[in-house]
Amino acid sequence: MATKSIRIRAKAKGTDTTVKALITHPMETGLRKNKKTGKKIPAHFIQEVTIKHNGATAMTANWGPAVSKNPYVSVILTGAKAGDAIELSWVDNKGGKDSASTKIK
Amino acid sequence: MQRRTFLQGSLAGGAVAVAVGAGLLSPRSVLAAWPEGAFTAKSVQDAMSGLFGSADNTASSEIKIKAPDIAENGAVVPVSVTTSIGGTTKIALIAEKNGQPLAASFSLGKGTKGFVSTRIKMGKTSDVIAVVEAGGKRYSARKNVKVTIGGCGG
Repeated sequence: MATKSIRIRAKAKGTDTTVKALITHPMETGLRKNKKTGKKIPAHFIQEVTIKHNGATAMTANWGPAVSKNPYVSVILTGAKAGDAIELSWVDNKGGKDSASTKIK
Repeated sequence: MQRRTFLQGSLAGGAVAVAVGAGLLSPRSVLAAWPEGAFTAKSVQDAMSGLFGSADNTASSEIKIKAPDIAENGAVVPVSVTTSIGGTTKIALIAEKNGQPLAASFSLGKGTKGFVSTRIKMGKTSDVIAVVEAGGKRYSARKNVKVTIGGCGG
């Protein structure tokens, strides 16, 4: 897939760490039609998103096509601290995938 | 040989064969866990059964859904779910009147708070239902969102 599809940020505040991520992805439902040809645009959406904290899975999301285009996702981790590694990866229904990592600030 | 099996499988369109095919393409056990039945379900009941194994749940005031009362653009409806129920392992977001109601399901790890935030598409005005699974039990809450322009199809 395209490189740099993910923008991720993680910020620690007290005991909580907020992880926010934006993914660039068309998230086609498979229901829309191409206005010129009248043909359906095939479904193309992210099915699974995983956020890892220091290598341990903190969140696994299963998404359907009803998640908006260029999805945003945010979770709050406890027990994480500044400098810890956060990794996000996604896989879509066509086998495309990407991942990105950051450090908690 | 495996490739051939995959090709035949996807041509046949059998759900199982496709699942196997996807497994071959990207050999990750987690991907095979995508609950296709729940996501393609046409009713809220079926979606819940497909995802949690049961459509039963208890309404809970400990789940807070943050979503706009009126969404001008149904293609982008920001939804946040916060729950104070201890030991939350799963949060599912369901848009009641979407053709395929289940929008997303989040499985949370041990150190993760009962909070998720994302943006979903909504076809028309309906309730957004959050189903939270904690300690093997399911709780739910709902919030009505008015949609002025639908975000599915078009």
